[in-house]
Parts: sequence; structure tokens; C-alpha cells
Amino acid sequence: MTLHSTPKPQTAPGPLLQVRGLEKRYGSRIGCTDVSFDLFPGEVMGIVGESGSGKSTLLNCLAGHLTPDCGQVIFDTRTAGPCDTVTMGEPERRMLSRTDWAFVHQNPRDGLRMGVSAGGNVGERLMAVGARHYGNIRDQALDWLSRVEIAAERIDDRPSAFSGGMQQRLQIARNLVTGPRLVFMDEPTGGLDVSVQARLLDLLRGLVRRMGLSAVIVTHDLAVVRLLADRLMVMKDGRVVEAGLTDQVLDDPQHGYTQLLVSSVLQV
Amino acid sequence: MITVSDLSKHFTLHNQGGTVIPVMQDAHLHVAPGECVALIGASGAGKSTLMRMIYGNYLADHGAIVVGGVDVARAAPRDILRLRRETLGYVSQFLRVVPRVATRDVVAEPLLALGVEDAVARARAEDLLARLRIPERLWGLSPTTFSGGEQQRVNIARGFAHTYPALLLDEPTASLDAANRATVLGLIEEAKASGAAILGIFHDEAARHQVCDREVDVTAFTPVAA
Repeated sequence: MTLHSTPKPQTAPGPLLQVRGLEKRYGSRIGCTDVSFDLFPGEVMGIVGESGSGKSTLLNCLAGHLTPDCGQVIFDTRTAGPCDTVTMGEPERRMLSRTDWAFVHQNPRDGLRMGVSAGGNVGERLMAVGARHYGNIRDQALDWLSRVEIAAERIDDRPSAFSGGMQQRLQIARNLVTGPRLVFMDEPTGGLDVSVQARLLDLLRGLVRRMGLSAVIVTHDLAVVRLLADRLMVMKDGRVVEAGLTDQVLDDPQHGYTQLLVSSVLQV
Repeated sequence: MITVSDLSKHFTLHNQGGTVIPVMQDAHLHVAPGECVALIGASGAGKSTLMRMIYGNYLADHGAIVVGGVDVARAAPRDILRLRRETLGYVSQFLRVVPRVATRDVVAEPLLALGVEDAVARARAEDLLARLRIPERLWGLSPTTFSGGEQQRVNIARGFAHTYPALLLDEPTASLDAANRATVLGLIEEAKASGAAILGIFHDEAARHQVCDREVDVTAFTPVAA
């Protein structure tokens, strides 16, 4: 038995994202606190925990939607290397969120322009980073619609005429068309039928591998993180109670809360 | 290639009165390249636990698990992921896949993750599926609807797609018919010949005697009940 092709040489790039001592409070209440981790290029990190555990607060702090009260979120930018996105200027951060970052909302309505055509939704993000040639923009939009399995003849339809699963796929196309390096996802499969979820998971996995994306995925669905995430953080009351390799955390949970979470999943 | 030394582990069940269950004590073994070693011992003696610890699914309390120069008991998650991608394969008894992905792609995936070209990876996958007698008309379908035996063979094809230098096999011949069993034993012999260090659980005694060079009885590592 021989190996048909030699693996690509592995280089050792630094972390894409370094989070240090991140904390967000709402008045005296803790949103999240004492969160630190590194995310390397090509890695997918899952964050699980029940409602109110602080996982969405953390994701929004990472993505610059909320300003943390203390801590650093250091992103390895293409031009200037590692920069703390908490302290950088608003225009720079906005540019990052249009180019290197993507954010997939649980509700596609939060991430799409419902009054604009499917093609326009994808093209708009390209135009925001300077694309002007209409033909090229439309070609790229068509290419992305096909990658997320939306028929070309639907390009001029508005997302309001799409099913929930199609809207979610369109939101993903809109986010990934500019070739981001880091994708934040908030319950990307929440609210979808399980059959639609499976299709979306397959799609996301393929895109992550082919584009070499890093991703941070917040979900309460342990089956989703097992299939998508390389690493897992478990949050409770705003703190990370356990972190590690996804299958290790799920197969040999150390913290009582994680044990409860894993043992509470219904078997089909 | 695989060296386990002084390894111990317990489980603490926090939600069941904090019950502490010691499951492994002073485990040690060594598997050289080109060698196949069988784990033996009664059900519950800790064979699967030891395999899962070597693969990094279970944490170790104490001791070392060195595979291809990486100490799994201490390595960072990303080093374990890389070890699993490049060096350490694991054929478990259960197939766990994203629904809807074609069987051919399920088998090719470990190669694609290594950056092997699509066409090359698929050709290798198809070759293995053919050898394991999965009918060609099923290759484009998701294995989630396959019979138990078919799923197991898909799992084996996936585990052998990349020629891992170290391989863990959990009951690879269980519930296979004679022809497929012979094919799997052939794959194991080929992997050994190409220098793989293999550690396996084989309840099939004849298979064990055919492919394994040595046996390690895990009963020796079972903690004495306190």
C-alpha cells in the first residue's frame, strides 16, 4: 500500500486570534469573564452552554459588536500583524468586519437585507470592499449561489421569498464571498429542520476545509459541535468551565456541568 | 511508535454523588513499527478505555502516551489534531458522519484533510470500497442508511484510506462475513508490511492469531477494587 500523494508541508503560523482575560459586565451582572484562548488558522472552535451562560456575549465581544470591559482580542491582520481589536479605531474594526471577518446570525433576517435580491445581497458585500464592475460582481454572486446550492434562476428573487434553510445558505454566501479568514457563527443551524441542518453542516464543513477558514461557533447543540468543531469550550454563568479537544470534552467530561450536559442529550 | 508508560486514570461522576471509579493503573506497553499487538482481557477490563486514552479521547491522570514523538497525555489540542491527521488512525466500531455526505467522500475525507488532490483521494476511496465489496451503486449515497455490516466496512475503508504510521483498531472484523473478514485481515497485513504500528482489540481469536505478533493482557492494569 502506498500513499498516492505526499501531504502538503505543514508550516507553523501563529494564532489568528488571541483572547486574553476578556470580561463583559451588564451593570453588576457578569456577561462573561476571565475568557482566554488562542485560535489557529484552519481551526474551528465550538462554544456550548445553556441560555444565559454568556456564550453569545462572548461571541459579540470577539466580533466587535460589544465592547468588553477588560481584556484583549488580538487578531492577526494581513497588513499590520497582530492588533488588539478592542482598542483599534472604529473605521479599522469596521473594515475588518467587512473583509477578514464574517458573522453568521442565527436568524438570517439579521444578516440579510430582506428588500434586496439574492444576488444583490451577495454583491453588496463585494461592493463594500471596492468591487465596481457589475458583470464581475454578478458572476461572483452566481458562483457563490451555486456553492451554497441556490439555483441560478433565483438570483433576482428577494430572500423573503426563500425558505428558512435557503435564507441561511444565502447569509453564508453573503458572508463568505469576500474570502474572510475568521467566521463567527451564532447558532447557525438553530431553528432549522434537522434535514436542512444536515445539509448546512455538510456545506459549512466543506467550505471551512476548502477555504482554510477559522471559525468560532456558538451553539447549544452538542451533535453540531461534534461534527463541526475541532475544539470546544463549555461555558456556565459567564465562565469557561472546561475546554479541550471536542471529542475529549464530550467523551470524558471533567466538570460536573459538562457531565450533566452530555448525559442530558436524548439518544435517537 | 506507540509507547505507553505508567498510565493511570479514574472517572469522577460529579452528578452521581461524586463517585470515583479508578479504571487504569500503571498501564504500559510498546508497539514497534511493523508490529501488531492485541489487547486482551475480559469485557470491562479496560481495553477500549486504553485505546481511547491513546487516541486522546480520554484524559490521563498520570503517565505518558507517546505516539510518533508526541505525548498525547500532555499535548495541546492542535498537536493532537495534527497527530490524528498525519500519524495516528483509529477504526472505531461505529461510523459517525455528517448526514448526506456520499460514502465515497466519507472515505476520501482523511486524505482530503491532508491536502491530497480530490481525484487521487476519490480514486483511493473507490479502490478500498471495491475491495471491501461495497456495491458501486452505493458509493454516491450517504452511509447513514446502510446496514450495520456495510457501515462497518465503510468505517474500515475510511480508517485505511491514509497509510497511518500508527493505527488503533477496535474489533475490525466483528460482524463481517468470511470474504470481507479476509479482506480486512489483508489490509492489516499490508499496513504492517508498510511499517505501521498497530494496536487492536480482536474478539475474533482466529483473526488475532493470524495478524497479531503479541498480546497484552489489560487485566494487569485494572485497579484492584478498594
